Amino acid sequence: MRNSLGRFVSEDFRPFVASNAYTNKERIRIPEKKTTNVNKVISSLREVFDRLNISDGMTLSFHHHLRDGDRVLNLVAAEIKRRNLKNMVLAPSSIFPCHSSLVELIENKNVVKIYTNYVNGAVADAISQGKLEKPLVMMTHGGRPQAIESGYLKIDVAFIACPNADSEGNGNGFAGPNACGSLGYSISDMLYADKKVVVTDHLVSKVSKREIKSEYIDYVLQVDSIGDAQKIVSGTTKITKDPIGLMIAKEAARFLDSAGYIQNGFSMQTGAGGTSLAVAHFVKEIMMKNNIKASFASGGITGYFTSMLAEGLVDRLFDVQSFDLEAVKSIGKNKNHIAISASEYANPYDDNIVNKLDFVILGATEVDLDFNVNVTTSSLGNIIGGSGGHADTAHGAKLTMIVTPLIKSRIPIVKEKVTTITTPGSDVDVIVTERGIAINPLRKDLIEKMKSSNMDIVSIEELLQRAHRITGIPAKIQFSKDIVGVVMYRDGTIIDTIYRK
Amino acid sequence: MRRSCLFIPSSNPGMLQSADIYPFDAVIFDLEDAVTMSEKESARELLKNFLSIANLKQKEIMIRINSLDNDLAMLDLDDIVSDEIDTIMLPKARVSDIVYLDKVLRQIEEKKQMTKKINIVPIIELASSLLEVEKIAAEKRVNGILLGAEDLTSDMEVSRTEEGKEIFYPRARIAMACKAFKIDAIDTPYTNVNNLEGLEKDSLVAKELGFNAKACIHPNQIDVINRIFSPTEKEILRAQKIVAAYEQEKKGAFSLDGKMIDKPIIERSLKIIAKAKKNRFVIGGK
Repeated sequence: MRNSLGRFVSEDFRPFVASNAYTNKERIRIPEKKTTNVNKVISSLREVFDRLNISDGMTLSFHHHLRDGDRVLNLVAAEIKRRNLKNMVLAPSSIFPCHSSLVELIENKNVVKIYTNYVNGAVADAISQGKLEKPLVMMTHGGRPQAIESGYLKIDVAFIACPNADSEGNGNGFAGPNACGSLGYSISDMLYADKKVVVTDHLVSKVSKREIKSEYIDYVLQVDSIGDAQKIVSGTTKITKDPIGLMIAKEAARFLDSAGYIQNGFSMQTGAGGTSLAVAHFVKEIMMKNNIKASFASGGITGYFTSMLAEGLVDRLFDVQSFDLEAVKSIGKNKNHIAISASEYANPYDDNIVNKLDFVILGATEVDLDFNVNVTTSSLGNIIGGSGGHADTAHGAKLTMIVTPLIKSRIPIVKEKVTTITTPGSDVDVIVTERGIAINPLRKDLIEKMKSSNMDIVSIEELLQRAHRITGIPAKIQFSKDIVGVVMYRDGTIIDTIYRK
Repeated sequence: MRRSCLFIPSSNPGMLQSADIYPFDAVIFDLEDAVTMSEKESARELLKNFLSIANLKQKEIMIRINSLDNDLAMLDLDDIVSDEIDTIMLPKARVSDIVYLDKVLRQIEEKKQMTKKINIVPIIELASSLLEVEKIAAEKRVNGILLGAEDLTSDMEVSRTEEGKEIFYPRARIAMACKAFKIDAIDTPYTNVNNLEGLEKDSLVAKELGFNAKACIHPNQIDVINRIFSPTEKEILRAQKIVAAYEQEKKGAFSLDGKMIDKPIIERSLKIIAKAKKNRFVIGGK
């Protein structure tokens, strides 16, 4: 069958209808799972597997707060391999290049299905090549907690990497040798998984600021190392020095200012990307010049935002994920730097933060004439990322702005049709490129407001023409009919299907 | 009147492709130092093809050719000079070189039946050139002079410093010559591309000596240069006030806010307003 955007959806799933379709449905929540266990500390992963009887076909979950420095998923993968467990299902909130050990498990059918919100590196390549037996399910940061609390994604055992924990199972990400800040993505797993294991390399006598709560935790596994928190910092969390990126960012900030979005008490989020972060820099300059203060910033938090908090330019930070070590330092100390769960951040059925955003700045690998955005696959069809919070924030924020070069490596970013839809065009308001700005025709108010500006505002069709005048019209990529994954919108419907090349 | 002049290596297709998006006043497509010997021919070919399709929105296009002391310069001129460009930037320029270049350009313009007359911006990067800079500035096609501090200090056998004490004299002499002949004085590039504060200080020093423009080697430097070499809001408002008072008083000298205003001040105010209008920095709807 086809969904409302014309994309194929196999019969096993519900098709996407509209980004606000969830408002007609009731929130479903399975009961929270508490523990009666008392002696929780275990020093061997093997013993955890034995005690919890982890066996073929079970679903194991993980969070990705240690990003490319995570070791916990790899430790568990090694034990699955050692026991030669089969048909396992994994549900990590994201997968990074450091998790390449999963490829062998995928090839040997130890792991046959994966639910995640973002995947890149060797695992993404293996899935793109059709090696995963069952289709990959790409969720959003808000859709994952919704899927867990509703019981759609049933987790047998959640392994929660915890940089700072006590023997009762209380924990947080604020201290320890691998402090990584907020543990927001693990909260739904903690509440609703059948069994929960805190994995720590820093066991202390008492944790007072609790992100992870002992009443939900069955076991505490002490290991030498949960990873390397230095690697939570990636290149995408630094402000770009690329002149084209800076130029786009400057135009984006000018647009926001002209359209009246930078006013006292406004709220904002920038995605993880050098250009998005540069927008924050230019927004800050406008704020300082006009003596404006923001009410909050949210999402993945970087040192840039913690500095703004310290300088009094923003009242509060709602942090679902700390993107660098400056943010990690701040979250444990500043009471206005608040750790939130993924559900509080973006679950469509929760009283979420994304719905309170005035604007969000996001990136794109492709945008099409209907303003649909792809951040899941490359133009060549390889899986290279995923929504993360893209679709969630785009729906919630009053203004969704995409900042992207019009051409990357000789490939136009604006297309007639995107390869894969991650975020529906109805939730995308404006595209800012170095060669012009396009406003979604659905935003008549914004078009009217910007009429008197001297900015280079054109139709999205004109942006496409401008790209083609430089690159020519690229040949279409042919895909096979083999399905390697589905893109699950935040309400659990399928917005697109991913094919093997 | 130029403010920012961005060097782009002609051998880099990605940088050529992006040239149309930056807010420079002039672009200098470089065939000389930024291109290795093995790439000279391909860079010239690439630039020629690029110029035939480029849309640089009426920005000035300069070409830095190779110096006239080798055969490459003539190949550059034969291939590149056309109505698609505005200016030839000549390295290690002496008066005799400019006289010769003028002759060559005249021949090419006639041969190609060009509608444009190509300008020349010589680079002063030899001590001997500096000593004849007034004669260089007086040459007809010359409408600006660039200080090439790296080569000049090398010729002088002195070190280049952040402070720039060693180029105080060349800067002052070039600026004086350019002002005398009413042509652009273009300052040497600031080479630390990651230090925008340093760039700002360096640009201010040049501006205070009489330069009206500066070359740059990275697009991130353009905004600072454009800002420094544009009149400030305060300067524009003051100039507008003086001109308005002059138009009302109709006198050669009069008093405004307790200060004497006479011809040089009025002329300077008119220049500031003209510059502001050119760069779209007009305040108060004028």
